[in-house]
Amino acid sequence: MTETHLHAIKTSTGRTLRTEEMVVNMGPQHPSTHGVLRLEVVLDGEIVVDVIPHLGYLHRCFEKHCEHMTSYQQVIPYVDRMDYVAAMTNEHAFVVAAEKLLKIEVPERVHYIRIIMAELQRIASHLIAIGTFGIDMGAFTPFLYYFRDREKILELFEMTCGARLLYNYIWIGGLSHDIPPQFVERTKEFCTDFKKTLKEVNDLLNYNEIFIKRTANVGILPKDLAINYACSGPMLRGSGVDFDLRRDDPYTLYNKFEWDVIVGKGEMGTVGDVWDRNIVRQREMWESLRIIEQAIATLPEGDVQKAVPKRIRPVPGDAYGRVEGPRGELGFYIVAEDSVTPYRIKARAPAFVNLSVINEISKGAMLADLVAIMGSIDIVLGEVDR
Amino acid sequence: MTAQEIHDILKSQFGEAILEAKLENVPDPFIKIQTEKIKEVAEFTKSDDRLQFDYLMCLSGVDYKGKLGITYHLYSMTHRHKIVLKIEVPTETPNVPSVESVWKTANWHEREAYDLFGFNFVGHPDQRRILLPEDWEGHPLRKDYQTPEFYNGMKVPY
Repeated sequence: MTETHLHAIKTSTGRTLRTEEMVVNMGPQHPSTHGVLRLEVVLDGEIVVDVIPHLGYLHRCFEKHCEHMTSYQQVIPYVDRMDYVAAMTNEHAFVVAAEKLLKIEVPERVHYIRIIMAELQRIASHLIAIGTFGIDMGAFTPFLYYFRDREKILELFEMTCGARLLYNYIWIGGLSHDIPPQFVERTKEFCTDFKKTLKEVNDLLNYNEIFIKRTANVGILPKDLAINYACSGPMLRGSGVDFDLRRDDPYTLYNKFEWDVIVGKGEMGTVGDVWDRNIVRQREMWESLRIIEQAIATLPEGDVQKAVPKRIRPVPGDAYGRVEGPRGELGFYIVAEDSVTPYRIKARAPAFVNLSVINEISKGAMLADLVAIMGSIDIVLGEVDR
Repeated sequence: MTAQEIHDILKSQFGEAILEAKLENVPDPFIKIQTEKIKEVAEFTKSDDRLQFDYLMCLSGVDYKGKLGITYHLYSMTHRHKIVLKIEVPTETPNVPSVESVWKTANWHEREAYDLFGFNFVGHPDQRRILLPEDWEGHPLRKDYQTPEFYNGMKVPY
């Protein structure tokens, strides 16, 4: 604690109260940090002066492990465990980088199935993000609705590859196997059912008076700052930047479908506040549904294992591949030497980068608003700490 | 703008400081910069109207056995083009000018590179370990790294 007198407060009897800054540790065991993250918060009364994040509680040496594999394909299960609520996206990002390095062209059917999986995963991840964010804001019901429907997506994944969370489904050059016959029908059913929930929860949560009061004009992230901190995903779009890698740096066939990039407009307060970031996620799910429905309707035939290489030994060099994950730009930088083992893999985790802006946007906020800001960044500690 | 045009602009501005470039037949075209000049080059690429690299996608350290390197992946939100910059330093004296003042996002990326590779970022405002405990010894992503037997009395290899 520092001994600085911030401002003199007079009591009714004329005495001066001593005030001082206080340091509070939020986490590592705290529900609103969504994992094991410690925030060292310097407070002046209830007002946040400084936030210093301490990471690394979930560091599992992902990058070191990758250098000790016996094949590039072996990295994929490790990649799953980075962002454990959006494992499909991680696999997708890694194979995009690896295929760029290896110059592999995958069949059209593989592209389509990857898009369907990536978008289902985006919905599943946003459901957690919004559901838990609702809890942080004191709204318990949306969480239950959203987890019920997320379970349906997990069932689709389980049907496809046997795993609910960590899939090892998307492989370099293709997929581990084709989708099961009933997948198309079940996905269509899900899309129809899910629209009802989306609408219901949208009315229930996002336009709730209390929710708006808690989130509008809080944690404002201006456009320039968002770009300077390389924020991405809903964080960046919530600040009014019309940028989406799926459209602006195409890595797969997203340009075949009709969909829109959602941008925060400051409807309830200022552009780039917590409400905006949340509504971007909410509306993105509608767009994901649009993409899935179109992809399902026009799914081409083909062999998903056709381009899977038997043995991977790239030409020495390096490549950086990136995809638009639920949290933003997920990139992998792969350095290859003349070997079957990756020489170096660096994961550019969106949550790690997005979290670095927290001090800038929390200064001057109330301590309770810090919880709202944390929730709106949507971090997954597995990805932050790797 | 193509990688060749970006390279030509940088070459005419910095001349000698541009050491090498590989712009064709590679997944990502890259330009190798003299280490001492990296901050000036970074400032130029960000402020020049033709380039406007305002978005640092990624900053990665690499151990090339004998020397260390950093790769900067840049992107321009305005012009929607990208380029890769690379630098190299000797492992014994890994001093690199920090680009934190150019792109704020470099702050944590550089802390991570310091933590895992042991770079010394000159001018970094807050160079601390970020992923590993503060009292950890050594920099694990170096190729010659030996896992310590014990950490604070706890056995490390399992």
